[in-house]
This record gives sequence, structure tokens and C-alpha cells, in this order.
Amino acid sequence: MEAAEAAARPRASVSRRVAGLFTGRPRLTVGSLLAGPLGWLVIGYLGSLAVLFAASFWNVNSLTGEVSQTFTLNNFKTLVNEPVYRTVALRTIAVASAVTVTDVLLAFPIAFYMAKVARRSGKAVLVVAVLMPLWSSYLVKVYSWRVILSSGGVLDWALHPLGLKGPGYGNVAVWLVMSYLWLPYMILPIFAGLERIPDSLLAASEDLGAGPVRTFRRVILPLALPAVVAGSIFTFSLTLGDYITPELVSNNEFIGNVVYSNITNNLPLASAFATVPIVIMIVYLLLARRLGAFEHL
Amino acid sequence: MRLSRRARIVLRVAVGITLAFIYLPLVVIAIYAFNSSNILAWPPPGLTTHWFSQAFHNSGAGSAIVTSVEVGLVATAVALVLGTLASLAVARHRFFGRETVSFLVILPIALPGIVTGVALSDTFTQVLGVPLSLLTVIIGHATFCIVVVYNNAVARLRRASGSIEEASADLGADPLQTFRYVTLPTMRSALVAGGLLAFALSFDEIVVTLFTIGAGQQTLPIWIFNNLFRPSQLPIVNVVAILLVLASTVPVYLAHRLTREEEGAAALRGGGAVAEATAVP
Amino acid sequence: MRQMLFWKHGPSALVTAAVTALAVVLIAGCGSSSTSRNTQMLQSVGKSEGQLNLVEWPGYVEPQWVKPFEQQTGCQVHNKDAGTSDQMVLLMRTGQYDGVSASGNATERLVDAGDVAPVNVKLVPNYATIFSDIKNQPYNTFGGVHYGIPHGRGANLLMWRTDHVKPGPQSWSVILDPAQAAKYKGHISAYDDPIYIADAAVYLKAHQPSLQITNPYELNSKQFSAAVNLLKQQRPDVGEYWGDATKQIQSYTTGDDWVGTTWQYQYFQLAGKKVHVAISPAGQGFVPTEGATGWSDTWMISSKAKHPNCMYKWMNWIVSPMANAEVAQFFGEAPAQSLACQPATLEAAAKAIGYAPDPHFCDEYHAGLPSFWSRVYYWRTPVANCGDSRGNSCMNYNDWVSAWTQIKG
Repeated sequence: MEAAEAAARPRASVSRRVAGLFTGRPRLTVGSLLAGPLGWLVIGYLGSLAVLFAASFWNVNSLTGEVSQTFTLNNFKTLVNEPVYRTVALRTIAVASAVTVTDVLLAFPIAFYMAKVARRSGKAVLVVAVLMPLWSSYLVKVYSWRVILSSGGVLDWALHPLGLKGPGYGNVAVWLVMSYLWLPYMILPIFAGLERIPDSLLAASEDLGAGPVRTFRRVILPLALPAVVAGSIFTFSLTLGDYITPELVSNNEFIGNVVYSNITNNLPLASAFATVPIVIMIVYLLLARRLGAFEHL
Repeated sequence: MRLSRRARIVLRVAVGITLAFIYLPLVVIAIYAFNSSNILAWPPPGLTTHWFSQAFHNSGAGSAIVTSVEVGLVATAVALVLGTLASLAVARHRFFGRETVSFLVILPIALPGIVTGVALSDTFTQVLGVPLSLLTVIIGHATFCIVVVYNNAVARLRRASGSIEEASADLGADPLQTFRYVTLPTMRSALVAGGLLAFALSFDEIVVTLFTIGAGQQTLPIWIFNNLFRPSQLPIVNVVAILLVLASTVPVYLAHRLTREEEGAAALRGGGAVAEATAVP
Repeated sequence: MRQMLFWKHGPSALVTAAVTALAVVLIAGCGSSSTSRNTQMLQSVGKSEGQLNLVEWPGYVEPQWVKPFEQQTGCQVHNKDAGTSDQMVLLMRTGQYDGVSASGNATERLVDAGDVAPVNVKLVPNYATIFSDIKNQPYNTFGGVHYGIPHGRGANLLMWRTDHVKPGPQSWSVILDPAQAAKYKGHISAYDDPIYIADAAVYLKAHQPSLQITNPYELNSKQFSAAVNLLKQQRPDVGEYWGDATKQIQSYTTGDDWVGTTWQYQYFQLAGKKVHVAISPAGQGFVPTEGATGWSDTWMISSKAKHPNCMYKWMNWIVSPMANAEVAQFFGEAPAQSLACQPATLEAAAKAIGYAPDPHFCDEYHAGLPSFWSRVYYWRTPVANCGDSRGNSCMNYNDWVSAWTQIKG
């Protein structure tokens, strides 16, 4: 009986047999899945960074400007002792946080509308509309904001009848421009996340007597949290590393500016300061994990 | 979903504010594409369509756009593959160092582009001794595009429980079939979103590109960078930007269509899950 | 089924091991940074290699004089604009370019890093007729060896909006004396680079002689602190720091900035668009009473140049009378080539670039007047060796960069 069955069963295809190797072998699965990305990142990227960051422990000869590979903690001592570096780091973190919060507030309503309220055609139009700014090039957008924020510019001109003036250039300008630049990176993930919430779940919540606010707080928000966190990682980290916008719409130095000005001649100090955004992102990810953003739902 | 009238109005106002914020600078760019002067002052002294004809005859812009599209497509493809692989590993398995992977993937965009640019450039030219070219640019772009795909994919996978995949395995599907018929469709809209954003990030990137590109080549952002320094060419830059914005509507719409079939299926699946959960055994 | 032991601790351990191993290899491979100067010089110019890769200041490599060059030599020019000297240094380090138009705050760094090679001036016939006071200068000649071909020079100018700043200022004190600068609070335009500290030093040289500043790029600790403090006091009055011409042009046009330091290039653009601006020195015939910082740019050849023949041909071309007259008038600088000042050449060059002919161009720019340039302090790379009796007690470029971060904060 079994032999006949065995003869009748078709021979498994090659792909099925290869795939079968992975069944029940989670470590092999994980390893193979990660081989590509990790190989690329480790060899291609981390390797390059490793030397750069090794330089943060090296010395610069003040006479010749040469980098000598003698171990020293002076660079980190400088960062800690000189208050300006702390100011720059705190300023960058503050703006990055403000940008993230702003983008979440701006993105959520429109993402929700696109995911749950808009009809088919409206949804397509909105998706295209929301993504359009992405194609008009970073520099063009920032220069456009310069026109908007300049004295006598669009914002001043619009606020003039109200007797108000625009914020001009400075940290507020950086916050506005960055919020603008990264907004699509927040809208799209939240939209994708909200779309996955079944309408029936929301209907059930309503049937159980919850008003829209309660449904939002108790049902929508928790389910959308991973998507919000995904988006916030973009807005936060993209702001941390940017130096072109602060240079064009403010006189203040951000982390990227300090790294940029030091990287040509004082690689040790530049790479020491570049560890700051790394540390910040580690803390950010740990916080997000604490808040349960990475839980399986 | 049924919303009260008040909620609907509040929502519409919020959406309006966001859209106004999104379009204000674009409208300014469009106005300046017609600017008769090449200095960016408000209000523009006059309007002309002169720059449009100039832009169409500008071969530098055309080839820069083509280069950027090529680089973007390849970098996005690589990022899609690697990002999906990494997200599957992280979201579906537990292993030591899981959090490290999330962190590693984010690193390229958390660091100032100058650090990535200089690091990669040094590695290519001094350690590996390879000349800089579009290939090195693609490698640089793919490195920070991975996180865009990865983040979206992981967020999606965390939301969709693995029980459906287990069910698929129980029904006799091997991992490859499960992936093709179950996991991938679940992830599709997240991957499309990730791919679009990854392409946008690559299309717009200046700093890393400047240090990984060969001498004779130009991507669009570098072309813009060069022309912004030449005030006589400034309005052409605005024209090119606006034309690109308009041209983008078609590919983005098509990309969105790719995710549309999911709607019906998702509603069913979602409904089914609730029905399962509430079904009386 | 055997356990695959190396997976035991998961991919993360593998990652750590791989990175460490790689880092060791890379660090060992990198060895010591190459800080020995390159001494290899081309002995003869051969056939064109067909291509030329350049890094330059925007405006130095324009089609009007590049196309004839390409036709005559068959060298296809690919050029990359750089916005700052730092960018130029970084790009040259990649070894992908044949030449660079370097200012004095980059030349010494390029030479010391071995990224540029000496230039055999015998192979550049037009070098002979270059103004003698630009030859053998500390920013293009190191240890008696020529490292570049002079391109042109200019002074950093004081520019002001005539409708907001009356009467026209004659001194840098309008933006550097705290009392005077406060009148224009929020409307001052300053150059966004550590080298701007030298402008403060030039000011203090005249207004605080007790500091005994002689060379604004070689400052001992006391002189340096004074200059840095002056700029810290200026900071609250600054409207915008400008790093690229477009940004400054826009800020003067909108009226965000009224007075500050600039290059001739911006003045041309603004005056051409009927914005009410005026400048000093060049073009107006006087220098602010204290003198000014300036720049004298040099074309340098990469030590890793893949197209050295084309590069030598370019260096000869760019200082040929016609081309030098074109670029000088286009950008707004004093030409390096003395023969470029012949009226016929100036006129033909102006026509070629579409500018109105100006036979007095060289006079206005003091091209052949050493006494004018004796009050202009060309950009140099600050080094610890003061070059005089003070020995090695001067601030080096890294100190300047750190101080600049402190100033801008």
C-alpha cells in the first residue's frame, strides 16, 4: 500500500527540495536570509566605517597636521569639555524631535483619510499628491523655502496684513524645512500600516459602544504604532545627519556641520563627533523597544 | 468607517492643512520656473516661458536625469532584495543580536552623509583600488536604501501574525512557496511603499554621490548643485524640478495600482481573522 | 542533524568577528598616512589622452573657453564644481581628478598630503609672461619647487546696499567694530569659513597695533584670541553666513543682508539685475583703509593624474592671453597673464563671453600693480610654524576650524 503510494507521489521539484532544507532549521534559515544583507553591510559599509571610527582614537600632530596612529582619548575629552559641542548635539536632538513630532501630527490625519475614508479614486490621487514633492530635488525645495522665509518673502508677505512677521532664518526655519522634507517618509509608512487594519475591527469597536476618539486611542493607535515608529526612525535619523539645510536656512551648527568642517583636516575629531548620532540612534531604538513598538501584535 | 459629521470636518481640515503645507513650496518653485529674472527674490519681477525652451534643449539635464533614474532603479532593486531578506529574518525568528541588525541597517542614514561618503570613497579608491563610477554610486545608495525597505517591511510583518504562514506550512507548502503565495502578498504594499521611498532617497542624494561618482558622470542632484552656483542658470533648475514633479505622477500612480488588488483581499482576510477569533467553537 | 556550531551564537557574533578582522586588515593596509610631498615632475608633454577631469571653483571652467580647448587639443573636459576649499581637498584625495584650481587655503594641504605633483614650468610656455609678483609665492611654491600655475587673483570686497547703508563705508569697521556693526544688526553678511578669521586679524592689524600682527594667517595665541573674540562679538549682528554665491546674491536681493564681505562675481550679478549695491576695492579704485584678505588661485596637477598631457595643455591654455582674459572678465578677477591686458585681447575676450568690452579692465583690477596687492593678504593655510622669530608657536588650521565652530556655535 505504502509502496504504491510512494510510487504515485510525484518527485519533488528542485526548488521544493532546496526549500525543504530550510524547514525546521531556523538557524540555517536565519543565516541564509541574513547572509546577503549582512554581508553587504558588514563588508561593504561597516568595514569602511571601522577605519574612520578607529581614527577617533588617534592623534593629530598639531605641527604638521598628520594623523598619527597613537591611541588617545583626547578627542572625546575635547567633545566633553568644550561646551559648544554639547550645544550643537542638544540643538540637533531638539530639532530632530520637534521634526518627528510635527511630522507625526501632520501625517496621521492624511494617512488615515487615505487609508480609511477616501474612495478608490481619491486614494490614488492622494497617494500621487503626497509623493509629488519627493521628485522636485532637495536643493530646489530648500531654496524655495529660502524664498518663503526671506524678509519680504512669501511668508512675510502673507502675514503682513495680520501685522505679523515670519520666523526668518534660524532653528525654527530648520525645523520647518526638515519637517517638510521628510513628511512623505512619515505619511507612507503610516498609510501602509493603517490600511492593514480591517474595517470590521473598527466597526466592531463602534458596535461595542466606543466613540471615534476612544476607538482611535484604544484600537487604531496601538495597531498603527509600529508604522509610526518606522516613520519616526526616518525623520529622526535623516535630521540628525543633515548639514545642507542648516547651512542654507540658519547660522547655527548642527552635528552634520561640525563633522563636515572637521573631516578634511581633523579626521580624529570628526569621527569622534560622528559617534554622537550613532549613540543617539541606539538610545532611540532602545526607547522605542521599551515603549513596545516592536512587539508582535 | 462611519464618522460623525464633526469628526469628518475636523479630519478634512487637518488634511487640508497638510496638503497646503506640502504644496506651498511646490507652487513657489512653479512660479519661479516662469521667473524672468535669475535672482530668487519675492515677488518675481516678471514671468516668461523662456526657461522652458532652454530646459528642453539642455542636454546636461537630460542625461543627468537618465543617470539618476538608472542608479535609482538598480539601487532600489538591491535594497528591496536585501531589505526583504533582513526583515524576514528579524520579524519571523528570534536570535541573538536581533536588535543589532535593526541598528546596523539604520546606521547609513543616521550618520551624516559626509561620513558615509568619505568612508566609502576611501575604501573604493585606497583600499580596493577600484575607480569611482556609477557602480560605486549604486553601492553607496543601496546601502542607505536598505533601511527604507526594511523598516516598512518589518512594521508590516510585525502586524501580520506568523500563524498564517504556519498554516501554510501545515498544508504542505515549503518555505519558498509560503513566501511566494502567503508572505509576499501580505508585504506587497509595504514593499511598494518602501521601494518608492528608497527610489526617492536615491534620486535626491547629493553628498554620498559626490564622493562615490566618477569624474565624467553626473546625477541629477549634482547637475542641480552645479547649476545653482551659476545664477544665470538658476531658473532652468526650477523648470526641471517642476517638470519632474509632473512626470512623476504616472510612475507613482502605476506603483499604487500594484497595491490595489490587496484591498479586497485584506478586508476579507481581516474580517476572517475576527470571525475566527469570535467564532463559537 | 548536526548542529552547525558556528551559528551557535547567532549571526551577531559572526558580525563582530568579521568587522574586527576587516578593520585590522584595513588599518594595517592603510599604514601611515602619506604625508610626504610628491616630487615627480613630468619631463615632456606627449600626445593628448583624450580626456581631462578637473575640480574647480564655479565659473573657472566655462564652455566659452573650454570648447576651443577641446577642439584644439582633443581633450574632452569633465569638470566638477566644488563649493569650498575643503571639498576640493577631499575630492583630490580620491585620486579621480587630473587637476584642481586651488586657493591658498588648500594648496599647502594638497602639497603636504602628496596629492599634487610639482609643475615643470618649462613645459608651460605661457608661464613666462605671467605677472612676476604672482610667481614664486608661498601659496604656490613650496621648498623652492613650483606646484602650480597661477590662474588669477582677487581681493575680498566690502559690498553694501546703497539704499540702506549711507554714506558708503571706507573701512571694515562697519562690520567688525562692535559699535558700528550693531547699527546693522541682523543684516551683516560674513563668509562662512574658518579663513574668515584672517579678516578679523587684518582689521586688528590696523586698529590694535599693540597686538603686533604682521601676517594675518600666522597668529600666536594672544593675537588669535583677539581675532576670535572680535568675531564672537560680530556673531549676533550677522544676518547670514554665506558659503556659496547664490545664497549671498539672494540675501542681498531680498534685503536680508545689507553689508558684508563678498567676491566680484556676486557684485556683477547683483549690479546686472539693478540691485542697489556698491563695492570696494577693485572696480572702485580703493581698498578699505585696513587692506583686505584676498585669494590667488593656482592650477595644480594631481600626483595620480591619469591624463597628465591634457592637464599640462590645460594649464598652458588657461593662462594663454585670450583664455585668461575671458575667465578674468567672466569671473571678475585680475588676470595672471600680463599679455591678457592688451586692449585688443580684452576686447575680443569680452565679445567671446558676451560682456561689454572694457579696455580699462586690467587697470580697474590693478592687474599689474604690485603696490595694490601689497595690501591684499592672499589666503594661506595657517600652520604652526610662524615663519619668523616666533618659531612654532602659531595656530594651525585645526585650531582655526575649532575656533570657527566656537564662533558660530
